[in-house]
Amino acid sequence: MTPALTIRQLTKTYGNGFQALKGIDLEVAEGDFFALLGPNGAGKSTTIGILSTLVNKTSGTVEVFGRDLDREPSALKRCLGVVPQEFNFNQFEKPFDIVVAQAGYYGIPARVAGERAERYLSELGLWEKRNVPSRMLSGGMKRRLMIARALVHQPRLLILDEPTAGVDIELRRSMWGFLTELNEQGITIILTTHYLEEAEQLCRNIGIIDHGRIVEHTSMRELLMKLHVETFLLDLRSPQQGVPVLEGYPVALVDPLTLEVQVEKSQGINALFAQLAAKGIEVLSLRNKTNRLEELFVSLVAKNLAGGQ
Amino acid sequence: MSVELQANWVALQTIVHKEVRRFMRIWPQTLLPPAITMVLYFVIFGNLIGRQIGDMRGFSYMEYIVPGLIMMSVITNSYGNVVSSFFGTKFHRSVEELMVSPASPHVILVGFVIGGVLRGLAVAAIVTALSLFFTHLQVHHALVTFAVILLAATIFSLCGFINAVYARNFDDISIIPTFVLTPLTYLGGVFYSISMLPEFWQTVSLANPILHMVNAFRYGILGVSDIHIGTAVTLMLLAAAILYAVSLRLLKRGVGMRQ
Repeated sequence: MTPALTIRQLTKTYGNGFQALKGIDLEVAEGDFFALLGPNGAGKSTTIGILSTLVNKTSGTVEVFGRDLDREPSALKRCLGVVPQEFNFNQFEKPFDIVVAQAGYYGIPARVAGERAERYLSELGLWEKRNVPSRMLSGGMKRRLMIARALVHQPRLLILDEPTAGVDIELRRSMWGFLTELNEQGITIILTTHYLEEAEQLCRNIGIIDHGRIVEHTSMRELLMKLHVETFLLDLRSPQQGVPVLEGYPVALVDPLTLEVQVEKSQGINALFAQLAAKGIEVLSLRNKTNRLEELFVSLVAKNLAGGQ
Repeated sequence: MSVELQANWVALQTIVHKEVRRFMRIWPQTLLPPAITMVLYFVIFGNLIGRQIGDMRGFSYMEYIVPGLIMMSVITNSYGNVVSSFFGTKFHRSVEELMVSPASPHVILVGFVIGGVLRGLAVAAIVTALSLFFTHLQVHHALVTFAVILLAATIFSLCGFINAVYARNFDDISIIPTFVLTPLTYLGGVFYSISMLPEFWQTVSLANPILHMVNAFRYGILGVSDIHIGTAVTLMLLAAAILYAVSLRLLKRGVGMRQ
């Protein structure tokens, strides 16, 4: 099966000499839900800019469903929908007009464009706001408007650059549901996000980019397997006067009612609870100190930084 | 019609429709000001001062300046429409909607140019209609009149596009109209015949492209001109072709739009 996206030796050097991409290779399978992660300035937005033709690449090749960016740009663009990080629509126009005009640029006749605009604006909860100047919409609504606009030509590959940035939790979760549905319908999705919980929850495969290089390109499951130690926070019923000694588990007292424990994957947490019970320490609840992916991400990026230096 | 061609046709219709709707929606800023300005020209220059001047090349002064004033409105409005509209899409970053779409660069360029030409023609129609309250007009050569107005609107729409491509802020879109277009228009024979100038300044005036447009248009309406019509039309065709090629190259390279 032809991959949804194939990137080979992609480089980008900006006019000021800054090398944003240093020869990245990336392949995303059709139907995948892929996370492209990286710290600020790592090269995520440059990569997306090149895919969407808003940034000129310096060298390398890009194919979307086998359509080459240099040889068949129009065919490639028809397969691709992009939701950028920044708002890039005329805020004086109405959502319905924005979506219908975008359909027109893709050659979709007005009648069909109107039907699709109604469908996607409704699905994204914007139909009631279709005739309101878009500057009056909230930040979350503007992001959903850009998703509706990106879907109106029914792309096979949808790229979202930080789609939930600045969106409240409730709305974020409803967007996750919407994106999952799209993926189940067969649309390949590539997502960049700063919310690693979002990537862990939604994506099956992951690429981590740092300093213009891909430092990790694997499945989410395999990546999480690499996490050997997890840090848990335990909320206690009674305050502790000193740090309890738990054999085999490094422990710290965050405050008299919160215990921080490091657990190696091979140890499991049953033995930990047995020791706590033996000492009469009652645990009310348990949570990860940081998101699991976040711990890995930080260690990978730190390792890459140390390697680079 | 191939799928690609059909898609580009729909894209062109979309851009033109959007452009026309834009200048119609803001008609108090786009269609009304040239109407008021031209009425003032007709009253003050044509009527009050013109009566003191008398005939010019066999026509009343009012009759003589009307073609130039129509052409002046076409030039400023075609230019102004494209420069403000295209710069606006850059400013709002909605130009990215066009750049990510498969619409051909020809379609994008032609769409904006048609928008500028249609505004130029709309203003020309309004100014012509208003001029009929002050004088009577009879078209001497309809084909020349229409061809010249169409070419002038196209040329200045393309100039507006190039200006918008390079503009980085709102000041950049007003510099050319203020410091280049307005002086060239006033010195382009709208209010006088260059035969009134000393020979040296007559020769210098020939370097002003607007002089050729104004006189070619005046020939179409009145049948008199200071310059050779064939030369004027050829120069205009050449200018339109060169400006189109330059604009297309800028658009394809994404100057001011792509990094």
